[in-house]
Amino acid sequence: MSTWIEVCHIDDLQADSGVCALVKGKQVAIFYLPRRDAVYAIGNFDPFSGANVLSRGMIGDIGGEPMVASPMYKQHFHLRTGVCFEDANVSVPAYPVRLENGRVAVLPAPLSSQQKSPSLAVCEME
Amino acid sequence: MNMKQTLVVIGNGMVGQNFLAGLVASNANDRYRIVTFCEEPRAAYDRVHLSEYFSGKTAADLSLVADGFFAEHGIEIYLGDRAASIDRERKQVTSANGVVVAYDKLVLATGSYPFVPPVPGHERPQCLVYRTIEDLEAMKTAAAKSKVGVVIGGGLLGLEAAKALKDLGLYTHVVEFAPRLMAVQLDDGGGAMLKRKIEALDVKVHLNKNTTLIDDGSECLHKMNFADGETLETDIVLFSAGIRPRDDIARGCGLEVGPRGGIVIDNQCRTSDADIYAIGECALWNGQIFGLVAPGYAMARTVVADLAEEAGSFTGADMSTKLKLMGVDVASIGDAHARTQGAMVYTYQNGASEIYKRLVVSQDQKRLLGAVLVGEASAYSTLLQYCLNGIELPENPDSLILPQLAGEPAGLGPDALPASAQICSCYDVSKGQICGAIEAGCTTLGGLKAETKAGTGCGGCSALLKSVLDCELTKLGVEVSTDICEHFPHTRQDLYNLVMVEEIKTFDELLDKHGKGLGCEVCKQAVGSILASYWNDYILKKEHIGLQDTNDIFLANMQKDGTYSVVPRVAGGEITPDMLIAIGQVGKKYQLYTKITGGQRVDLFGARVEQLPAIWQELIDAGFESGHAYGKSLRTVKSCVGSTWCRYGVDDSVGLAIELENRYKGLRAPHKIKFGVSGCTRECAEAQGKDIGVIATENGWNLYVCGNGGMKPRHADLFATNLDKETLIKYIDRVLIFYVRTANRMQRTSVWMDNMEGGLEYLKSVVIEDRLGIGAQLEEQMLHVVDTYQCEWKTTLADEQRLKRFRHFVNSDQADDNVVFVEERGQVRPANAQERKHFKLIEEAA
Repeated sequence: MSTWIEVCHIDDLQADSGVCALVKGKQVAIFYLPRRDAVYAIGNFDPFSGANVLSRGMIGDIGGEPMVASPMYKQHFHLRTGVCFEDANVSVPAYPVRLENGRVAVLPAPLSSQQKSPSLAVCEME
Repeated sequence: MNMKQTLVVIGNGMVGQNFLAGLVASNANDRYRIVTFCEEPRAAYDRVHLSEYFSGKTAADLSLVADGFFAEHGIEIYLGDRAASIDRERKQVTSANGVVVAYDKLVLATGSYPFVPPVPGHERPQCLVYRTIEDLEAMKTAAAKSKVGVVIGGGLLGLEAAKALKDLGLYTHVVEFAPRLMAVQLDDGGGAMLKRKIEALDVKVHLNKNTTLIDDGSECLHKMNFADGETLETDIVLFSAGIRPRDDIARGCGLEVGPRGGIVIDNQCRTSDADIYAIGECALWNGQIFGLVAPGYAMARTVVADLAEEAGSFTGADMSTKLKLMGVDVASIGDAHARTQGAMVYTYQNGASEIYKRLVVSQDQKRLLGAVLVGEASAYSTLLQYCLNGIELPENPDSLILPQLAGEPAGLGPDALPASAQICSCYDVSKGQICGAIEAGCTTLGGLKAETKAGTGCGGCSALLKSVLDCELTKLGVEVSTDICEHFPHTRQDLYNLVMVEEIKTFDELLDKHGKGLGCEVCKQAVGSILASYWNDYILKKEHIGLQDTNDIFLANMQKDGTYSVVPRVAGGEITPDMLIAIGQVGKKYQLYTKITGGQRVDLFGARVEQLPAIWQELIDAGFESGHAYGKSLRTVKSCVGSTWCRYGVDDSVGLAIELENRYKGLRAPHKIKFGVSGCTRECAEAQGKDIGVIATENGWNLYVCGNGGMKPRHADLFATNLDKETLIKYIDRVLIFYVRTANRMQRTSVWMDNMEGGLEYLKSVVIEDRLGIGAQLEEQMLHVVDTYQCEWKTTLADEQRLKRFRHFVNSDQADDNVVFVEERGQVRPANAQERKHFKLIEEAA
């Protein structure tokens, strides 16, 4: 059973953008959406380009679903589940993430597909 | 055995060439060996735009013949050799140089010659005509030693010629025998308005003048004496008193000609000899000579159809015209003089705005018979469609020429037009053909133009073309959404206006007021660019950072492996040895792959995100600044070495390039912008392949706009000529900001131009004539951008907070272990998949 790993302070995150954290040897892209008071975490590796760049993509929503657009070839990924919008067979891991006392922590065990229900994937803040 | 028949074409003017092009594309192509005679030293060129020879176009620019056309199609052409006689008995043509060619079929496309009235003195030196490039060269030579020029003839061609004299810097007069200008096409009211407008341009118009004698002047070379006793001194006399058909070769072999000239033809364009056709201005059909190019093309198509044994006939042509004479819109449709029995006339005259419109309708007021438009001709295509298709007029026909009140739909819906209605008269494209192209998947104005050629001639039909497109798309159920994305029900241009009018400074504010959701990479980038070009804030400010693409966030260009490339600005491509060494040292120290770019600067590849600040610190210390290679903004101003070193250089292209690059650096736009400046017409900087191109001439700078290389190259359009530097910069300021304000996102200037209603002429009217009255505003906005320029790298390096972003991990100083380089030709490059596997094995083994 994995434990929560603290990665940084909320101030280290970039509003409406992403950063990359090293969590137990894994590259995790963490996105902060102040408009939704939400933080999301998915894998940083872009399966289409084979480069570790998703944290540098632009974020927003498609049909209300929060997403990141890969900065390389512009495919979109669900921030809640890591599933690619353009091809549902492709996905990146999505990680549970939480905020406590201004500290951001990630659970380095990806959500299984069963668990990929939106409410578990993110920490929606007050 | 050669079964081919021989087809001889006499004359390689616009119509002759159009015929050849049509023939080689037809079924008849294989049946004929083609021989053509061309009296002039060069093959067909565009006589309609002849006056542009004086505003910077070259003979090559005016050519209508694609490179290698004759060779490719096996056409034998005798250039500079006039066909002198036809022997119909033996069926052979003999040329002035003695070439004899036997024919099976013969096409006469001999055109016309300018009529010179037999006024005593008309043979004096510097008494010229206006038809060929040689005539223009004679005008140019004469103009160099002249101050005053007179055109005899105030018709369409005469006014074109007057423009040419004006462009040559002469004090220009037009002398007309009739009581009004353009007597054939305009009524008195239209002619009077045209005179007023042309005189406002400093061209003196003399009406009712019958020239009786040209003799020695006292101030100038000539004195013209008129029947009314008045005189006028001038150095050049240019005759433009109409044309006469070149029918001498037809007379010589006994073909039937009209009593006042012209080779008689039937509906198949056959002369009195069934094996001989005549087309264009030399032909007389139903007692009429057609002095316009479109009917000539229609005749050419008829002969091609006849030779291909397809149906086709020439049954007359509409002589309606719309043109811009010295910047004045003039149009004439059908029975402009109301000569039809019972015709009724409506006129609208606006003295303040110098607009005149006249509508001629049938007695029952149901059909449009003709129209005259001067000063404002936007109704032309609608009126022409009413006239040509016999469409029933609205209850109050005058509503078609009265000024449109806001919100009222203008003119005729495209649905009212039959499929046979001709939309583009230059290329004879019908509404049916356009609808076919739309159904086959052409859904943009630019695409439609490329596919059907409609709207690519004079451009007069492009508004109508657009409305046909919109109407058809709606009918096909294609929702014509111009919204930028799902978050804003607006176009990029709407968003730009909202930002300006409501003084909106952040994306959040715009989203709250006019959008929904969180936004996406499409609207965020567009708004980021809009805000940057309007307010010119530092783009990495906290409230703007989420609007920037990764390249803008890291002020570098992301490459395939997630590393970045770095491009310092090298304005105009001019660089000192010390600066070159500094770049070399940085490249060496950080082990970057270096390559010279197409924009005359150096690109350094393979920089990791955490290396960027240190690299830039060294570059800035060496005197460099950001090159904005990462931005949708001005990239480079490419230049040739110019008059400073080059034997042929006319002006200092490098100096101007540096000045322009420094002026426009940092300007954010809908897409990247590239400039070129060449020091002479040899064009070594390839300026005509750039968004903004400048070429030095002996009289100033020529400005070209909206060119581009890349996937779909587009030759830039000549925009203005012989400009001083101040005017040049004023025009560039206006063009660029107008582009920034009105283009769609990710739309290069070339596509922007191709989709602009009214095209080049419209852009000229906005920028040069300031028809929207926003010229000063556009310049002011540019000045703000220029005044608030900052090197984004300098600002970033001075900001601790910003520098925190330049690391791969927020919680570790480690580098991305997925970035792997190998060496090739003495430099690094990203490892490919095979090599990565190999390294992984070695790592695991260790």
